[in-house]
Amino acid sequence: MSMPYYASAEQVMRDRSEYARKGISRGRSVAVLTYADGILFIAENPSSTLHKIGEIYDRIGFAAVGRYSEFESLRVAGVRLADVRGYSYNRRDVTGRVVANAYAQTLGSIFTEQMKPFEVELCVADVGQTPETDQLYRLTFDGSVFDEPDFVVMGGQADVVTGHLRESFQAGMGLADALAAGVKALSAVSASTQANGGGHEQLPAEQLEVAVLDRRRPKRAFRRITGAALRGLLAADQTADDAVTGESPVQAAVDTTEHAPSQPAPGTPPGLGDPAAPDTAGGVQADGPA
Amino acid sequence: MSDQSTGRSGFTPAYLDRVGSSFTDFLGSTAPELLPGRRPVPAVPMGDLAPHGTTIVAATFDGGVLMGGDRRATMGNLISSRDIEKVYAADSWSVIGIAGAAGIAIEMVRLYQVELEHYEKIEGMTMSLDGKANRLAAMIRGNLGAALQGLAVVPLFAGYDLDAAEGVSPGRIFSYDVTGGNYVERGYASVGSGSLFARGSLKKTWRPGLSADAATRTLVEALYDAADDDSATGGPDAVRRLYPILYRIDAEGAVRLPDAEVAAISAAITADRSAGAESREV
Repeated sequence: MSMPYYASAEQVMRDRSEYARKGISRGRSVAVLTYADGILFIAENPSSTLHKIGEIYDRIGFAAVGRYSEFESLRVAGVRLADVRGYSYNRRDVTGRVVANAYAQTLGSIFTEQMKPFEVELCVADVGQTPETDQLYRLTFDGSVFDEPDFVVMGGQADVVTGHLRESFQAGMGLADALAAGVKALSAVSASTQANGGGHEQLPAEQLEVAVLDRRRPKRAFRRITGAALRGLLAADQTADDAVTGESPVQAAVDTTEHAPSQPAPGTPPGLGDPAAPDTAGGVQADGPA
Repeated sequence: MSDQSTGRSGFTPAYLDRVGSSFTDFLGSTAPELLPGRRPVPAVPMGDLAPHGTTIVAATFDGGVLMGGDRRATMGNLISSRDIEKVYAADSWSVIGIAGAAGIAIEMVRLYQVELEHYEKIEGMTMSLDGKANRLAAMIRGNLGAALQGLAVVPLFAGYDLDAAEGVSPGRIFSYDVTGGNYVERGYASVGSGSLFARGSLKKTWRPGLSADAATRTLVEALYDAADDDSATGGPDAVRRLYPILYRIDAEGAVRLPDAEVAAISAAITADRSAGAESREV
């Protein structure tokens, strides 16, 4: 007969947060950006079949980082929810908000009720008819949901990538420019670029998974960009700015080591930031990042 | 219902279960009331109470396959609709045409479209053409009870086989019976009340290796012949500008032919036949 140790709820939650955050910080990063004609997903992903980016519904896309088996089952659940709703109501009645709320509830209850939280971070993107109506929802392992403007970065060194992206991101960029900005930001922390001891100047097409939600497409807006199309787009970028490489190789190399402790950057929202910050445990955060 | 299943604790276990990529099977376990064929049908013949759709024809040509359907739905001796659409794109590479109880048939088409798209999204790849044909057979099989009460649905399915071997025609046609029997057709096929006459017409006009234009004309002519002898099949209606709906599936995917094109073909057929009638009178 064993007696359970006493652990305060605060301690339990903090431990779970720390556990999930460590798991997520090991993975490669994903960036989701708005551009003139829709929303662009860029993931560093050497596999061409185990996707990190997926289609949920006509106007809704999905991107995830963390443990594949966990976010894959969440992606499938999102597709099922969207299809059941679209079938029993109408295709127009499926919105990104519905899917994001379902994810938030699920992640929140798993975080509070189960021993092991999901080590995932998700982005649900809903492309609108105009750039103003585009929606990007970022969901963290504890079920917090954030409505983000412009772009979302998740995974390994999200803070570093966010910093790089903030320098080059402009609202209403074309597809090639947005891809250039995203790939440059991801390359700055990637272990396969020269800046961090890899062999490439920038992340090559084979290491990237790229997709768009193109608002101009009539029904299903989601489209993968692969092969020659992706190489062409990347080449268009590189002729434009080939003087660009990783800015702070030393700092980046430190951060890419496996099992790097997740050091919250200043200004990181609660739930992903300082372990002392209050965990929202499934509650919806209406405000964006602090 | 669907929105109850995402309550306080989010997705139910059925949603998070990764096994299975069929939308129909998923609905069967979470919301069976949404499926056609799962509802009790009163044990009386009710064929004349619901609109019925009629003739659908399909034919292959050298680069793919065509499917067309007339625009009439009937309820007993009444014409219940003159402009019903009975041919739909199932996905980018296949089309489905329906004959039989219109309400159930359209619901089935909607379910089938979601089924194919759902599989594509979950698996990240398109289902094989034979897989699609089998899924449709399973759906028809589920409707057997209603079929015996007079609410039968009999579809015709055609698609472009992306895995077709070199030298084999990539356009393929599948026909069905009410029990869900699934048959691969060679060259051409028809279903619905006017199918007998349409098939007779196709038998004389269709040849292997037709061009797309010639095959289009063959199909419109078959529908014209069906409308000639079957009261439940509508002919081209120049007064209301209602013409058969035709889909062409080739290497570019499934496209619906514009009404103007079908109108021109219908006008040409009418002109040829009236010229023929005049020459006989002389």
